[in-house]
Amino acid sequence: MTEKKLVTEAKPSRAIKTGDLDPKFKYEISKVPGAENIKLCFQCGTCTADCPIARFSDIYRPRKLMRMTQLGMKDRVLSSEALWLCAACFTCVDHCPQGVEIASVLRALRNMAVKDGIMPAVFRELTSNIMKTGYAYRIPELRLKKRGEKGLPPLPKANVEDVAKLFDIMAVSKASKREDK
Amino acid sequence: MAELKYLLFLGCAIPYRIASYEISSRKVMEKLGVELVEMPEFNCCGLPIDSVNHDAMLVLAARNLCLAEEQNLDILTLCPGCAGTLRKVNKSLQEDKKHKQLINDYLKEVGMEFKGGKIKVRHLIQALVKDLGLEKIKEAVVKPLTGLKVAEHNGCHVLRPAKYIGFDDPENPVLLKKLIEATGAECLDYMYETDCCGAPIIGVNDKVPLYLAGDKLTNLKAVNAQALITVCPFCHMMFDINQPRIERLLSEKFGIPVLHYPQLLGLAMGFSPKELALEELRVDATKILTIS
Ligand code: SF4
Ligand code: SF4
Repeated sequence: MTEKKLVTEAKPSRAIKTGDLDPKFKYEISKVPGAENIKLCFQCGTCTADCPIARFSDIYRPRKLMRMTQLGMKDRVLSSEALWLCAACFTCVDHCPQGVEIASVLRALRNMAVKDGIMPAVFRELTSNIMKTGYAYRIPELRLKKRGEKGLPPLPKANVEDVAKLFDIMAVSKASKREDK
Repeated sequence: MAELKYLLFLGCAIPYRIASYEISSRKVMEKLGVELVEMPEFNCCGLPIDSVNHDAMLVLAARNLCLAEEQNLDILTLCPGCAGTLRKVNKSLQEDKKHKQLINDYLKEVGMEFKGGKIKVRHLIQALVKDLGLEKIKEAVVKPLTGLKVAEHNGCHVLRPAKYIGFDDPENPVLLKKLIEATGAECLDYMYETDCCGAPIIGVNDKVPLYLAGDKLTNLKAVNAQALITVCPFCHMMFDINQPRIERLLSEKFGIPVLHYPQLLGLAMGFSPKELALEELRVDATKILTIS
């Protein structure tokens, strides 16, 4: 499988052709738990205004991602680098007047991008670490040994068989394995 | 005193990089009479792969909840990410019967079943405020940190989304401030106090989080905060481990020590800096020891 590249939004934006839009996209997204209210977004911009990431990023605008989703700009949204910049701080979720769980909509979009083979390397690594060790990070042996010296009890070994089995059934293993090509 | 007992859920980030948080938390909780039971085994809370596969996050979280249900003990975590995730899943799966069934179908494959409604999930500061109570903490202070002026950074998932967490007012959080004031130290207000540290996206884009955390450090310097108090391993990495990087990026010197709340409380409870692993902090914290 060839790896797809993340696209930083081109500026100025390209013209949108209606033929490129997927009118069913917003319904597809609104079926995902947490993302139901995407249809209710009325573009007030509160999410972007209150987003700490948007304050320091030129390309990250949650309101824009909500609009692109509503319009059905599926390919552009799913390949956009901006999709991966939400820090899930939930400030916008608490502030949205329409009850849109913006962070959950973005999570639904990310899950969909992953199915299309698009995900930043760091997520592939985290997934693979969890599958192989049960933990999100590879904790060096030496650090595990040092716990005793510091008066800490040993870190239990995770049940890797169970985790691997669950990942297999859920086809998560497939997503993480693309790195091993 | 009524026995407080929790199952300690360590998560991944703390054993990976932030031992000082675990060391100080264990010391302080033991002296406060809170029993922390070790988990025989656990796995990642699930949050790191929510973006990859939401159901896989639910399954990982639910598996941990099952382990706690088996022991019939409430969970205590030091990481707001773990606390927020386990708390949210514990609540949402109980409410959404259909999704619960789906997750249980997966869990059946490993011989487990999430029941729901049996146990609670607490972050360290939620347990300190709601279960132990501020009075008990004040009573435990033997060396008040009078004269020390610090500021707080809550960690998003201790507060938000409000509808799932329901702990403090996310717009004007006061409970961590009260915990800090219980030590005798003063807790200062500063600009953009409730903003995220940016850590969750550092693997995708490092500049934005560094500028964001740098902005917070600038605002902390503006009010002359002598230290920043955190309750999250990721926030701590952002402000402590990355502080020299941020200083280079902004061509600005901060030198603001970043202490885990249990380190601050521990000092006030009479523990030595060594016992609280203060020397493990990247930004030298010894200068605050002479203040109080
Ligand atoms: S705050 Fe809510 S309604 Fe307003 S633009 Fe953002 S998602 Fe849409
Ligand atoms: S949850 Fe994401 S989009 Fe919303 S304010 Fe936080 S970083 Fe911005």
